[in-house]
Amino acid sequence: MAENLTIWQTMQAKGHSRREFLKFCSFAAVLAGIGSAGFPRLVRAFEKEPRPPVIWLHFQECTCCSESFIRSSHPIVADVIFDYLSLDYTETLQAAAGFQAEQCMEDTMKKYVGKYILLVEGSIPMNDDGIYCTIAGKTAEQILSETAENAAAVIAWGSCASNGCIQSAQPNPTGATPVHEILSKPVINVPGCPPIAEVMTAVVTHILVFGKIPELDSQGRPREFYSRRVHDTCYRRPTYDAGLFVESWDDENARKGFCLYKMGCRGPVTYNACAVTRWNEGTSYPIQSGHGCLGCSENGFWDNGPFYQHLASFPGFGIETTADTIGTVIGVAAAVGVAAHAVTTNIRKRKLIAEEIENSVPESGDKKGGE
Amino acid sequence: MPNTTTSSYQRVYVWEFPVRLYHWVNAITVTILIVTGYIIGNPTTITYGNEAYQQYWFGTIRFLHFLSAFIFFFNFLVRIYWGFVGNKFARWNNFIPLKKEQWREMIEILKVDILQTKMRGRISLGHNALAGLIYFLSFMVFLFQCITGFAMYSSMSSSPLPRLFNWVVPLMGGDFAVRQWHHMFMWFFVVFIIIHVYLVFYHDYVEGRGTTSSMVGGWKFTRKD
Repeated sequence: MAENLTIWQTMQAKGHSRREFLKFCSFAAVLAGIGSAGFPRLVRAFEKEPRPPVIWLHFQECTCCSESFIRSSHPIVADVIFDYLSLDYTETLQAAAGFQAEQCMEDTMKKYVGKYILLVEGSIPMNDDGIYCTIAGKTAEQILSETAENAAAVIAWGSCASNGCIQSAQPNPTGATPVHEILSKPVINVPGCPPIAEVMTAVVTHILVFGKIPELDSQGRPREFYSRRVHDTCYRRPTYDAGLFVESWDDENARKGFCLYKMGCRGPVTYNACAVTRWNEGTSYPIQSGHGCLGCSENGFWDNGPFYQHLASFPGFGIETTADTIGTVIGVAAAVGVAAHAVTTNIRKRKLIAEEIENSVPESGDKKGGE
Repeated sequence: MPNTTTSSYQRVYVWEFPVRLYHWVNAITVTILIVTGYIIGNPTTITYGNEAYQQYWFGTIRFLHFLSAFIFFFNFLVRIYWGFVGNKFARWNNFIPLKKEQWREMIEILKVDILQTKMRGRISLGHNALAGLIYFLSFMVFLFQCITGFAMYSSMSSSPLPRLFNWVVPLMGGDFAVRQWHHMFMWFFVVFIIIHVYLVFYHDYVEGRGTTSSMVGGWKFTRKD
């Protein structure tokens, strides 16, 4: 583990020129949304600040977040991981194994108290004393609590760590719990299944440059990437406003690239940067590939009804039963009830009129005619 | 010659102008909101141009929905205000059954409406106690629709009013859930309108006090004897 070198120092050691270093800095600045005014600050940070050590934990997850991260295009991921961050512990990528690996983590925690960044991938099982996920004899919850205690920042990578994702879908057998519900300190949630690689690197870059966590929204997500809905930034948005919709997957409208709203696209209810940064070096994103958004960065998206339906099915009824079906039935029932009531009222009408007249007083003499 | 008998009635000014205005603005906006809301949830593809730039009907439908929603919301606020300054028929305590008398009347109305028994005694000239309570519950639904509606609107708006409701989205578990609930309660209005309109006609008939026309002119009639 290279000790406390700055990014500039490591680049020099690799024979990169100052020009190359500044080029890298500008990539990083653009990515993290830092304007020209903030650029000198970024350069200074990369020049002077020692690389933060990183502990990357894996719990209940599929490693798709790591897979996404290593496909980050700018800054090139190999650089971020191996040169610019000091990745001290990560089950997936580390060379060490067994006791050696655990030793690395302990050393980092001791040596860099309050300085290391903790990245958590995966949810934490809380049922049955957390036995559903144990590493080196400790439960996920134990490991998380220990490592988070003295971390400079905690980042929850992906939907598992941010909102539980598929593990916490009904009926959630292991009691899968997101990180922020376990820790009392602020957690940066970077949801998505997986999150966009560029977003992940940008969040780390932000911490690296400014030495503090980025501005978060009410759900703990960095505002710069999660403040807008996929729908609002989607290139198919004009067809939505025009009312041009795909009606089935292989119709003419689908070929024309119309809006997938009626095919259950979750773009209108999903906060993410997919439509802006796109995936795989800006190549595409689900809607561009002709498939609706699944809303993978939203809370409980697995339980939000069938993916290809705009409205969720109504709980307790058949899969295809939406609120509209139930509403129509109730509406018709009300109309029928009202009609039946009108019929019975009219059956009683003669009697009612008779009673009413009986209760009336005879017309007084001074009001003549006109009646 | 039954037609020659009559009762002696006097006119009572029950619904003041702001109440009637509120009622009809509400009726119009709610109708627009239901229709546009249903279309927003279940749009049909209407094509009169070949390209997206040639048409904007879905955007217009959404605009109408938002416009009506704002009018509906402020109209609702005015009515709440009037519940504190209006006449005794408009007062807030008509809607919340705090008195024993209101509960007694409610049971009476249930008998008259459902069992169709003969009406005993007099019922309130303004809202009857059961109607009042139902209106109170519908006010709660109004509030719920306003809150969830503004919550969904807040992410695409920079104006302060919708942004007040930012907190609703995480509370309800995301935009998807908010949309579901907002959509589900639309059906409350549909059912409400069916029953409300019918009961107005029914009560107009069994009470014989001009219930239907009272919401236009404001006058109802009460027996002098």
